[in-house]
Amino acid sequence: MHNLDPRFFPPSNTRTHEVCGPGADVFAFTLAARLRGDVMWVRERWEPSQINPDGFVEFIDSASLTLCNTKDQTETLAVAEEALRSGVISLVVMQLTKPLGLTAGRRLQLAARDGKSTGLSIIPEGMGSNAAETRWHCAPVFDPRFSSQDSTLQKWELIKNKSGTLGVWYVRWDPASRRLIMVSPAGE
Amino acid sequence: MFDGIPRRVVSLWFPRLASDQILRRCPSGGPFALTLKQSNINRLYCLNGQATQQGLHPGMPYSDARAFCPNLQTAPVDLLQGQRFLQILCRWATRYCPWVGLEGRDGLVLDISGSTHLFGGEKEMLSDMRTRLTRAGLSVQIGLADTRAAAWALAHHGEGLAPPGDMLAALQNLPVAALQLDEKTSTALTRLGLRKIGDLAAAPRAPLTRRFGPDVLRRLDQAVGQQPEGITPVADPPHYGVRMTLPEPIGLISDVMAGTERLLTRLCAKLKAQEMGARGLTMTLRRVDQDHQEVELRLARPLRDPHRILPLFERGLAEVDAGFGIDQLRLEATQVEALPAQQLTHVSAGRKGHLEDLITRIGTRIGLTNIQRFLPADSHIPERSFIIAPAAYSDPASGWTCTNPRPLRLFPPEPLMIAEPHPPERFRWRRMSLTTARATGPERIAPEWWLEDDNWRSGLRDYWRVETTQGRRLWLFYTPQNPGWFVQGEFA
Repeated sequence: MHNLDPRFFPPSNTRTHEVCGPGADVFAFTLAARLRGDVMWVRERWEPSQINPDGFVEFIDSASLTLCNTKDQTETLAVAEEALRSGVISLVVMQLTKPLGLTAGRRLQLAARDGKSTGLSIIPEGMGSNAAETRWHCAPVFDPRFSSQDSTLQKWELIKNKSGTLGVWYVRWDPASRRLIMVSPAGE
Repeated sequence: MFDGIPRRVVSLWFPRLASDQILRRCPSGGPFALTLKQSNINRLYCLNGQATQQGLHPGMPYSDARAFCPNLQTAPVDLLQGQRFLQILCRWATRYCPWVGLEGRDGLVLDISGSTHLFGGEKEMLSDMRTRLTRAGLSVQIGLADTRAAAWALAHHGEGLAPPGDMLAALQNLPVAALQLDEKTSTALTRLGLRKIGDLAAAPRAPLTRRFGPDVLRRLDQAVGQQPEGITPVADPPHYGVRMTLPEPIGLISDVMAGTERLLTRLCAKLKAQEMGARGLTMTLRRVDQDHQEVELRLARPLRDPHRILPLFERGLAEVDAGFGIDQLRLEATQVEALPAQQLTHVSAGRKGHLEDLITRIGTRIGLTNIQRFLPADSHIPERSFIIAPAAYSDPASGWTCTNPRPLRLFPPEPLMIAEPHPPERFRWRRMSLTTARATGPERIAPEWWLEDDNWRSGLRDYWRVETTQGRRLWLFYTPQNPGWFVQGEFA
């Protein structure tokens, strides 16, 4: 039923990726847990919703997460580029609200390559940029086979990949072993 | 004294320093007093002249004072501010001589040996002091003598100017309390009939020492100048500023950086000697046209390592417009914090510092307070179970304990158009129709009544984890005291 180390995950290091859909946060935290090291979460200041440290304690230690509040998307990108290039941070998550231009996307890729760290932009659906290495669509799925404690089933769809094939996976996060578990899809 | 110039000491006593300080700013006509809360009782601390005339005295309970004098105006005393004011006066007093020290909480002591002729003599100097202090709204009593103890005695007990030479002659009519003895000793001396300093000096020494210890005669000897007593001048606070003037103006970034490096090396050596670290730095660049530009740097952690600070200046210096050239650089640590030397261990030898340097670099762009981290807090209220603190001013903390599952993302409660008490089968949220597949709960959370919180006005909350067939796993709550359903978070 499960494959303990999915080959598709994590996506290639030293690149910037994109993720959209309602399960984007889960993807970001799973990636952070998998990459280990410090995480920088860049978001705009006006954003009313807030990641909850009591919730992501199952994924990463909140001491390793630094939060940056920026004025607008330009600042977000500048902070993300600086953090990626420094090489101190292993994952930079940026919450974007506007489409990303080609130049900005390319600069993020170069910064990630220079700093040997990974970038992840959480984008609204349908606003991907061409410079992204991969783009994922993540959505939670209900599956009656799992009890309410461990129902973290997600459908992860790779909708763009610059160096490989696309695919769909059903995965679940296991908090006890801190591992991503691949599950056969519901109803099959 | 020893090199031929007779030592002369001035003692300034400000009997109403605290109240004068307040009344200087907002003069009031009537009696005025400052109160100090001591062991749960408000007592008068410092009074103005009119309040003293009404029969009030310091140390009197505030309620008694109000009964004696109904139109008394009062304010609570700020002792720290009073101390600061005395420091300012101390600095002002250096206009008369360089050797100025503090005398208790409300006095100054000046060693004016050899500087009186600059003011035309001792009397002229004292009247100059008095004029200036009175004009500033301070009441003052001045004593001038050969020794510190004698000057204090004269200032506190009927001001005066003791002519140089025989101190005992000047002091002999003052009460023994003028020797700064404790109250018990001076009362005992009075009971023995030794009311005045002259009586004390005439009494045989050995029995006095046997009865009161060596302190009484030591004070007497200090007053008449047979034993020395020093004045400790207040040291200037260390100044963390360095500058460099250039013979030829410079304009290239690399040149300015090289200059900055030289200044930083000097400044950091100074910081290291004092075991301090800079938190904020200001670089002032003066151009040849007398215009100047400032580059400010706020650090995420107190630092005194020039090699780490220098790269952080790059961004700010690159934005400076050099014009026709820069001919003076000035670097000042505007904010310093204690940074004691630390033992190097294998734990601290990691790459910990690099994250702080990154925070500083990002902080110069978006402001240091916008870079934050989560700290655990002791509360059941979901939005108050963590604190968001500026990363530059806090240390990361572990120790998150949460027994119940909590959502990954929290948002301000979004109401659902449902009022029934059991979890809804179907509901609309954010323009989506959702069907409940499984609801787990309730988990009841009560508001924290000891904290005022508008969001929790609706009373108790019953939290449910609702899994929808559409996939979303939401955190809903029902408020039984104010029927209504809200969505507050989304689970992984």
